[in-house]
Amino acid sequence: MSALEVTTPVIRKTALNAVHRRMGAKMVEFNGWDMPVEYPSSGGIIAEHLAVRNGVGIFDVSHMGDIRLQGLEALAAVQHISMNDASRLAIGQAQYSALLYPQGTFVDDVIVHRLGENEYFLVINAGTREKDFNWVRDNTHQFDCKVENLSDDFTQIAIQGPKGVDLLQKLTDADLSAVKFYWVTRGTICGLKNVLIARTGYTAEDGFEIYVPADEATSTMVWNKVLEAGREFGAVACGLGARNTLRLEGKLPLYGHEISDTINVWEAGLDRFCKMEKPEFVGREALEKSKADGLKRTLAGLEMVERGIARDGYRVQDDTGGEIGYVTSGSFAPFLKKNIALAYVPPESASIGSTVKVEIRGQGVKAQVVPTPFYKRPKRS
Amino acid sequence: MSYPSDFKYTKEHEWIKPEGKNATIGITNHAQESLGDIVFVELPKVGTVLTAGKTFGSVESVKAVSDLYAPASGTVTETNADLATAPEKVNKNAHGAWMVKITLKEPGELNSLLSAADYEKFVSEEGGH
Repeated sequence: MSALEVTTPVIRKTALNAVHRRMGAKMVEFNGWDMPVEYPSSGGIIAEHLAVRNGVGIFDVSHMGDIRLQGLEALAAVQHISMNDASRLAIGQAQYSALLYPQGTFVDDVIVHRLGENEYFLVINAGTREKDFNWVRDNTHQFDCKVENLSDDFTQIAIQGPKGVDLLQKLTDADLSAVKFYWVTRGTICGLKNVLIARTGYTAEDGFEIYVPADEATSTMVWNKVLEAGREFGAVACGLGARNTLRLEGKLPLYGHEISDTINVWEAGLDRFCKMEKPEFVGREALEKSKADGLKRTLAGLEMVERGIARDGYRVQDDTGGEIGYVTSGSFAPFLKKNIALAYVPPESASIGSTVKVEIRGQGVKAQVVPTPFYKRPKRS
Repeated sequence: MSYPSDFKYTKEHEWIKPEGKNATIGITNHAQESLGDIVFVELPKVGTVLTAGKTFGSVESVKAVSDLYAPASGTVTETNADLATAPEKVNKNAHGAWMVKITLKEPGELNSLLSAADYEKFVSEEGGH
């Protein structure tokens, strides 16, 4: 056995770091952060994953960053730097979007929340915090709009799963039944007034993300109360391992994998979040040209037919063993109980039902292109 | 969990249980703990010749792939077919869920491996977290 352990000298910690360690979490370095990958006390990745699909799981996602744009031209600024149409957002509504380079490739994917008449709140990825903030600031100089990096101000706790609403309702005076998916509200949580509560997540499940002050005492108090309130629903603490398998089953992109500064919007298949009817945004021109040129590769969902697990970076081959693409994310899928992967392949190899091979330790292992998302949450009344 | 004293151990976290000219090989409880949920085990075919210190298969958890290293040289006589459909057995009982049985080429090779007490000491020093 070879132990895959990495230690990095400069590593950041969330306010809940000591709590995770006290809980016996296995910690890993993720994008410069010391984060829990799984909690043996929760039963490990598979148990955590299933808790979210069937009940509720709690995640510390404070490594995510936050940027606020505020001012008379905040909407114009957001429209300029993001590919979705923020003018469609009512106050209290959120949308999935992305920041693009002029080439139509990804600076990052983001959730844009409209918090007020002229106030927008962007939630960004941990590994791209500084890059994103600098990019947003540098690309919004021309607008009457203040850009603030609030990344260190919040402890972000995700409460994910069909029982998430029941759990969180026990802790807040806000009427959560009135908050639809991808909407936000504010309310008192654990005695903290005016907490931002968003019905969002990264698990392909219903759920909430709450943003509380980032000091250790407050963060610890809220985390413990959320876990305690979740006991009757079988809530468990969940780490980045389950977060990754949950998002993979739901085909939610991960920066550096399905999206990056060398992958464009069409390749990633995020067309429906990219509003070309908007007259202008960074990356639009290149995307128009790229659309006319046609796709050279596309993101396909694979299910392993033969024994083996496709992993990030593995080569994809055609039937004759010729290299045609690569795996961006691959894993055993704990809810589906299948070995699944996302891979970039040429469009002609991406039709549903066609077979490809994934090179696993020198062997071509058969896989089939399947519809995505692999998992879609059932409609609940 | 205690480490059986009739097993020998490697620093790569395999165990080997010698029985005369034959031996059984698996991974340690410490290994399964650090891997987490094991979802795939790839083993060599019967008849494969293993060389001490070289890889002979792999174990995959949800999050990682780990190579298996042969604790001793020998020829595979049997593999644990159960693990193809129930790899989680390694998590439940690492010292019982064996992977391969081999005929030892040179039983003396085992003398250089760790005893249970040495392995436990090695793990506690390596772990440290």
